[in-house]
Amino acid sequence: MNTSTQLVNLQGNRACALAAIAAGCRFYAGYPITPSTEIAETMAAELPKLGGVFIQMEDEIASMAAVVGAAMGGAIAMTATSGPGFSLKQENLGYASAAEIPCVVVNVMRGGPSTGMPTRPAQGDVMQARWGTHGDHPIIVLTPASVPEIHAQTRKAFELSERFRIPVVVLYDEVLGHLVETVELGATGAVTPVERRYTRAARDSYQPYAPDEDGIPVMARPGDGYRTHTTGLTHDTNGFPTQDSVRVARIMERLLGKTDRHRDAIEQWHCIECDDAEVLVVAYGISARAATHAVHTARARGIAAGLFRPITLWPFPERAFAHATRHAHTVLVPELNAGQLRLEIERLCAHNPAVHGLHRLDGETLTPAQILADIERLAASKPRMRRVGDSA
Amino acid sequence: MNRPVSKDFDIRDYLRLDRMPHFLCPGCGHGIALRALLWAIHELDLNKDKLAVVSGIGCSGRLSAYVDANTYHTTHGRPLAFATGLKLARPDLTVVVITGDGDSLAIGGNHLIHACRRNLDLTCLMLNNEVYGMTGGQASPTTSADRYTTTTPLGNHEPRFDACKLAQAAGASFVGREVTLQLPALKNLIREGIAHAGFSFVEVMSDCTEIYGRKNELGSSPEMVLRQKHDVRPESYGNQVERPFRPGPWQTGILARDERVEYGAAWRSHCAQHGGGVAP
Ligand SMILES: Cc1ncc(C[n+]2csc(CCOP(=O)(O)OP(=O)(O)O)c2C)c(N)n1
Ligand code: SF4
Ligand SMILES: [Mg+2]
Repeated sequence: MNTSTQLVNLQGNRACALAAIAAGCRFYAGYPITPSTEIAETMAAELPKLGGVFIQMEDEIASMAAVVGAAMGGAIAMTATSGPGFSLKQENLGYASAAEIPCVVVNVMRGGPSTGMPTRPAQGDVMQARWGTHGDHPIIVLTPASVPEIHAQTRKAFELSERFRIPVVVLYDEVLGHLVETVELGATGAVTPVERRYTRAARDSYQPYAPDEDGIPVMARPGDGYRTHTTGLTHDTNGFPTQDSVRVARIMERLLGKTDRHRDAIEQWHCIECDDAEVLVVAYGISARAATHAVHTARARGIAAGLFRPITLWPFPERAFAHATRHAHTVLVPELNAGQLRLEIERLCAHNPAVHGLHRLDGETLTPAQILADIERLAASKPRMRRVGDSA
Repeated sequence: MNRPVSKDFDIRDYLRLDRMPHFLCPGCGHGIALRALLWAIHELDLNKDKLAVVSGIGCSGRLSAYVDANTYHTTHGRPLAFATGLKLARPDLTVVVITGDGDSLAIGGNHLIHACRRNLDLTCLMLNNEVYGMTGGQASPTTSADRYTTTTPLGNHEPRFDACKLAQAAGASFVGREVTLQLPALKNLIREGIAHAGFSFVEVMSDCTEIYGRKNELGSSPEMVLRQKHDVRPESYGNQVERPFRPGPWQTGILARDERVEYGAAWRSHCAQHGGGVAP
């Protein structure tokens, strides 16, 4: 076996597709849309060689339905899309969330609303990724900030989705999707594909939605004799619909509690100079790239700036964020939207520290200079500000 | 739960008896359609473990829950798209889709025509009761002229679909229609449909007795089902059922059959040509 790693230049979308395949994904259903199409194109070229399935469906509603159908059949399955298509995925994404069907949805964000700016980057689907489908539901959203991270997080998405039976959204923007960077691909065989966990319970006592000790029900493979029922109606542990209020309350508590209960396994983040940061920048995806540069420059100029970069966007890594803000008087949230994550940060901070947004909606990315200018302005606005290198 | 299957058709061998009583109204044609399906499954000697029944949303959609098989009650209009994924991932399963006239011709119309075009080995039972039964009796794309529904309180003014013509035009390789009154004929049609390797579309002329029947004064449930016969002209037994309960020259029986390449088989040979073995 070849044990050496391989360095390759990959486009973000292609890295996403290759990571999915390495993770064991063998079913892809999609519908073409800029700027995500290269994922479908890569899958169309690669999956036949592996005996997998690629199918271009009639629309995104159908592709998401086909993905959940394939996943119920036992396939490790995914789809990818962008804004308008992401809207259409929501119906069966909700079904996957309710019926606890593992699957991965990639959304390469472009300018919106509506058809918006198909070839321009944006981060306008942050709230849709969390709340796009109706009703209270669990969801996990990962936001990589580089091509190597797209590769790693796509792999992670499959792992989390299988483990917790929650659909996982991989959310990044047009620039990252089309950016080419060097990715260190693991040695052949180094990336172990994810595996579906199947029940070994006796056939007549198996309950398809009875939680295990982690609160996660174990699936049965169709064909193995369990003959279970799957529905988007609120269902009891036996898989059949119920409206018994006592039971429904318990069912919803478990369903919604999955992400809370497993926060430690789900939440990922990256901190730069957070330990003594007084001006804390919170940024994700492409905006985090500019923010990293801005924070380093600010530090060089003696400002106690730091960057908190959520990699898991939902559930938001609240505790790590609270820890990162312990010396901050101000939090700055630069985003390519009108302040979607800023709303969440304001909720978490309750205005202490103060929260400021920096928004760009013109189809261009935020520059390090723009973020730096805000960091400097906000640092100066606090008179008792401690400078790096000061005694005490 | 796991009853041994008897040699003669006993519907209880195929039902989840612990889900009884079912929720259908007395006399609902959907119950007859379900019986025909289970009878066909029995005659084909299908292994219930390898049978998947996928349904949409509606009274028709609720039927999957009663079948002792791998069952999937999906979203409104999407059972064919879901079944497409399931069947491609698991060619070893026999996949039957149960859908309604609203489910497959309105919200799911696009999925139906593309399923017909692809010719994946699915059997689609479309239970046509001319109405949205589940939501309380609104007009559907198959509601006959002048009929009363809650959204056509002055009588229906819209033209309706001929679903079999639609399926045929879109390329379905097996198309058939039958009324629920002719239970053995319906069973035979469904059996042929399941046995056909390719996409089979079977339209079942079903009665929504409680809502549609009542609103249009079509008589009691038994009367309504019997109307199907009453209105059949003797000379029309050669596959012509005229004015059974819906005016119009509805042809019954197998209306189209064409042995063309099945989608899943085509995909797998495409994979094999490119070095990919059989899908896991
Ligand atoms: C997206 C969506 N829109 C609307 C509904 C409400 N709805 C439930 S069943 C139904 C119509 C079902 O009619 P049909 O397919 O003819 O089935 P039937 O009840 O007559 O068997 C509708 C509109 C829904 N569940 N989902
Ligand atoms: S409402 Fe109509 S279609 Fe639904 S169960 Fe009753 S009779 Fe059947
Ligand atoms: Mg109907």
